[in-house]
Amino acid sequence: MGRDEAALQVSALSKRFGDVVALKDADLHLATGSFHALLGENGAGKSTLARCVIGLVQPDAGRIEIDARERRIGSPKEAHDWGVGMVHQHFSLVPNMTVAENLVTSKFTGSWIIDWRREVRDLDDFCSRMPFTVDLSAPVSSLAAGEKQKVEILKQLFLGHHILILDEPTSVLTLEEADELFGMLRQRTQRGELSVLLITHKLREVFKFAEVVSVLRRGQVVARGSVQEFTSDDLAHHMVGESGLPTVVARENKTAGRTGIQVRDLVVRSDKGIDAVKGADLTVRSGEIVGVAGVSGNGQRELLEVLAGQRQATTGSVEVHGARYHATRHEMLEHGVFFLPEEPLRTASVASMTLAENLAFRGFDQPPLCRRRWVLSRDRMKSRARDLVARYRIKAANVDVPIEQLSGGNVQRTVLARELSAGVQVLVASNPCFGLDVGAVAEIHSQIMAARNRGAAVLMVSEDLDELMALSDRIIVMFEGRFVHEVAAADADLQVIGRHMTGGHHATTS
Amino acid sequence: MMSIEWLSVLLAVFAGAIRASTPFLLISLGECLTEKSGRINVGLEGTLVTGAMAGYAVSYVSGSPWLGVMAAGFAGTSLGLIHGVACSFRRVNDIAVGIALLILGTGLGIFLGKPFIQPQAPLLPAVDLAWWTEVPQIRAALQINPLFVFGIALALAMAWFFANTRPGLIVRAVGDSSAATAALGIRINTVRTLSTAIGGFFAGMGGASLSLFYPGSWHEGLSSGQGLMAVVLVIFARWDPLRCIYAALLFGGAGALGPALQSIGISEGYHLFNAAPYLLTLGIMLFEYSPGRRIGGAPGELTLFR
Repeated sequence: MGRDEAALQVSALSKRFGDVVALKDADLHLATGSFHALLGENGAGKSTLARCVIGLVQPDAGRIEIDARERRIGSPKEAHDWGVGMVHQHFSLVPNMTVAENLVTSKFTGSWIIDWRREVRDLDDFCSRMPFTVDLSAPVSSLAAGEKQKVEILKQLFLGHHILILDEPTSVLTLEEADELFGMLRQRTQRGELSVLLITHKLREVFKFAEVVSVLRRGQVVARGSVQEFTSDDLAHHMVGESGLPTVVARENKTAGRTGIQVRDLVVRSDKGIDAVKGADLTVRSGEIVGVAGVSGNGQRELLEVLAGQRQATTGSVEVHGARYHATRHEMLEHGVFFLPEEPLRTASVASMTLAENLAFRGFDQPPLCRRRWVLSRDRMKSRARDLVARYRIKAANVDVPIEQLSGGNVQRTVLARELSAGVQVLVASNPCFGLDVGAVAEIHSQIMAARNRGAAVLMVSEDLDELMALSDRIIVMFEGRFVHEVAAADADLQVIGRHMTGGHHATTS
Repeated sequence: MMSIEWLSVLLAVFAGAIRASTPFLLISLGECLTEKSGRINVGLEGTLVTGAMAGYAVSYVSGSPWLGVMAAGFAGTSLGLIHGVACSFRRVNDIAVGIALLILGTGLGIFLGKPFIQPQAPLLPAVDLAWWTEVPQIRAALQINPLFVFGIALALAMAWFFANTRPGLIVRAVGDSSAATAALGIRINTVRTLSTAIGGFFAGMGGASLSLFYPGSWHEGLSSGQGLMAVVLVIFARWDPLRCIYAALLFGGAGALGPALQSIGISEGYHLFNAAPYLLTLGIMLFEYSPGRRIGGAPGELTLFR
């Protein structure tokens, strides 16, 4: 097959979900042996397009051709028959099964009774031809995120797919792991064995690995061409459209002030009953942002849950402004402690309560929302909510809708409005922009930076190194429950940080 | 003298453990299959009663206890199918449906079983494991319920099924991650409904093991909550069919303690000893459900643990 021949050709694909147009006459040409990036904001229709091709969603109109033959794809099984596979945004591995069991289960055909000796021999044989190794007998739940993603890709190659769709596969990987994976896939596309469609919003990956790029906006392809034809500004503008990108508030030069958060020798147990945080010491001063880097599952969540009052520490102490802190409502009010947690719909809102009620969680029992400490004023609650909705540009029909009906970005804005509108003195944020589009990210970054400039002590955990580099004054790396590396953001080296995130420091220090 | 008495207590506990554990074993294996697929059926008490009644009735009418066992199984399958199909609709909660079926199954068994309280149906023949001895106590203790033997074989077969067959792996995958199995194009609701129906078959047989083996009869108080304990047994067995055998024997043995002690004249605390399985249940719940800790081996899709 020649290189210009289409492995996958999508023509005039359209799909509506109720009133929402997800795809509108979208066209895509994935040449055989190419590495093609599909860029777009959240809700631009990238995942819908991929799900149509893989057979999880049926398009309303349009044609899908695979290897120059028109195909109707009713299920992932049929997509597999034509050689198309997909690595999903969220892991599609079964956690309680081993790697080998996962790979064998994923085969679409086979006899009822499994001959494990033959299967394991075949798998070993297959893995010996792969650039990385995975322990076949390990349960998937024991693997780190990077290893899981490797198994996902291994699975696709094991199934013999020659067209691979990757839906934001690196959101859980370190920089080095991502580069290793894409490098391996790139080699295979160059040999013409594989055609890759990479769905992403990370421009770095597009410029480093892709040859061709298409940009989706509101369900339509608005730009396409060879990657060299574009600058990153071009691509960003194609993604967000005419409105353009809001600029991020600049960092004001100021010296850090009094101690905001002081954590001493903190030990915290995880859900599984093992120590997730193993003796952490940390100081965050007012007027600085301390960024905590690390692969998820190294104790960051447990650390923040202690600060938020969602989990008890085994030993150790937390002080805020020099006083012992137990995350009671009274202490939070007194010291101005606020939170931007990840998954805000689950961790910081009550899904079935209204937007106005959710916005009032911090102050519902304080005047002016409440009289004589007991009687709530719904009118004041609503008028304050309307004010916040306008100021933070929350898109909602009115303030009486349940918050679960809002889109992810608007839930995030709601929590942001609630947590940042009162006098913030200490702010704890966890992946505050996870899954948000470029515009919303710039806005949230601005708000966090503005809080810092006003003198708040900010502790921010993020898996996105670019975000940490852009916002932090200091960066601390967390690995296996300990802080293993600390550096001023101005002097930070991504390679060094990446090495510490994966435990590489053991090799250099011991 | 004392030592012979204690030996007979031991023998009685052993015999009682096997006798009382047979319904526990079958019902926990049925629940194990259902839970492995990601749903909980708390209605097995109803299945047990319906199965006991259906088995006894068919054995009486047809004259064949084995036909009765099959009838009990199919009665359990019918209740399992109702559970499976009902839970396939969106926003239907498996625990709520289970409680409804618990009440339905118990009521149905008692209502339809009225005419069969008096007559004596033919019972299942015992498996005689005492060919090697003449001691009457040992001979009595080694008359084993054939459904107990079947249960042991079933546990071995299920362990093999989950590890070595494609359908077994698919059941486990569906129970652990519905997102993963949807991406494989597997119909999740079909797998779960089938698992609940087949699990219901085993639980129905558990009912027959109560009414169709010595000193079998059918009456309203036949099951004293054994079916409710299925969920606990499966947690205790950590969703492993082989460990269901140990769990069932432990619960059966605890239940046999009271009558065994009474047989040698120790009757103080008889009711306390009878409560042993329930105290054991409480103890296990307290031990296994400590806050802030997840139970190892639990299928990820179970509503109790999500």
